[in-house]
Amino acid sequence: MTFSELKSLLTHEFGTEALVGEEELVLMPNLTVRPESLVSICEFLRNDERTYFDSLSCLTALDNGTDTFEVAYNLFSIPYEHAICLKVKLPRQEGTQPSVNSVSEIWRTANWHEREAYDLMGIHFEGHPDLRRILLPEDWEGHPLRKDYTEQERYHGITVKYEA
Amino acid sequence: MNSFLDSRFKTGEGGLILTTAEDLLNWARLNSLWPMGFGLACCAIEMMQTFASSYDLERFGIFPRPSPRQSDVMIVSGTVTFKMSDRIRRLYEQMAEPRYVISMGSCSNCGGPYWEHGYHVVKGVDRIIPVDVYVPGCPPRPEALIGAIMKLQDKIRGESVQEPAAALSLIEKFEKPTFA
Repeated sequence: MTFSELKSLLTHEFGTEALVGEEELVLMPNLTVRPESLVSICEFLRNDERTYFDSLSCLTALDNGTDTFEVAYNLFSIPYEHAICLKVKLPRQEGTQPSVNSVSEIWRTANWHEREAYDLMGIHFEGHPDLRRILLPEDWEGHPLRKDYTEQERYHGITVKYEA
Repeated sequence: MNSFLDSRFKTGEGGLILTTAEDLLNWARLNSLWPMGFGLACCAIEMMQTFASSYDLERFGIFPRPSPRQSDVMIVSGTVTFKMSDRIRRLYEQMAEPRYVISMGSCSNCGGPYWEHGYHVVKGVDRIIPVDVYVPGCPPRPEALIGAIMKLQDKIRGESVQEPAAALSLIEKFEKPTFA
């Protein structure tokens, strides 16, 4: 299924307002969807006979630095060998945690990927069964891959910064 | 018929070697340095190679132990992350004295390539535990690690049971009068 076929299929199923952006002529053609319709779109893409995206190749998060976070879902269909990238944009506001619904019930592989995105970027995945840090120690402060991250001064009595 | 060695040494005449207890202890210690068998990153690959047949640390009486309780030396081979730092400190404390530490490679010496942006890397394992010998390199070749072990052996050779260097430095530290 080509990108335009997939796009028209999604527009037909979910209406034009569900898709808020697209990039076709890039390395990974992608569709930006509204955060509210993400789970239903994912469920549809996973289960529909025409699409059958049975594999979530990757889930990752980006900090755009300005006013949004992005979560990207790279989907792949093993029987059809077609791929698509879905993106959601989340508002970046001081003091509030960006939040999006978890897809870990649809693809089990999302469980740890979402934990990683939470650990390093601080994105909350609503409905995740076990949203803990996955790489950093549990009592770490902050989310290191954010653009505005500053590392803590000490961890368990050890100075974090390098001193000449 | 006696073998060559038997005919050479088992002559029935007996023999005697005179030494001091200190030299004997040091000799025994420096010829059976048992490292703790653990590795942290790519330096551990070089360390394993040093243990293996082509460099053969066994000829120095060195072979890795699975438990800190049986180990004399800890070879910190690789990047020490903050998550690992608590474990390393605990493992070091579990080792019986006298215990030694070899810091292998740039990461464990000073943070290595992660010194500036590695928020998760301890900038030198000497921030957690005292280090006896530092091995530079990224990663150091097996020869460099063997060099460090020989340096450590030199250090042990000069040790005294009566006046351990660490205890002396502590005494000096606390006996020195401080003037305001």
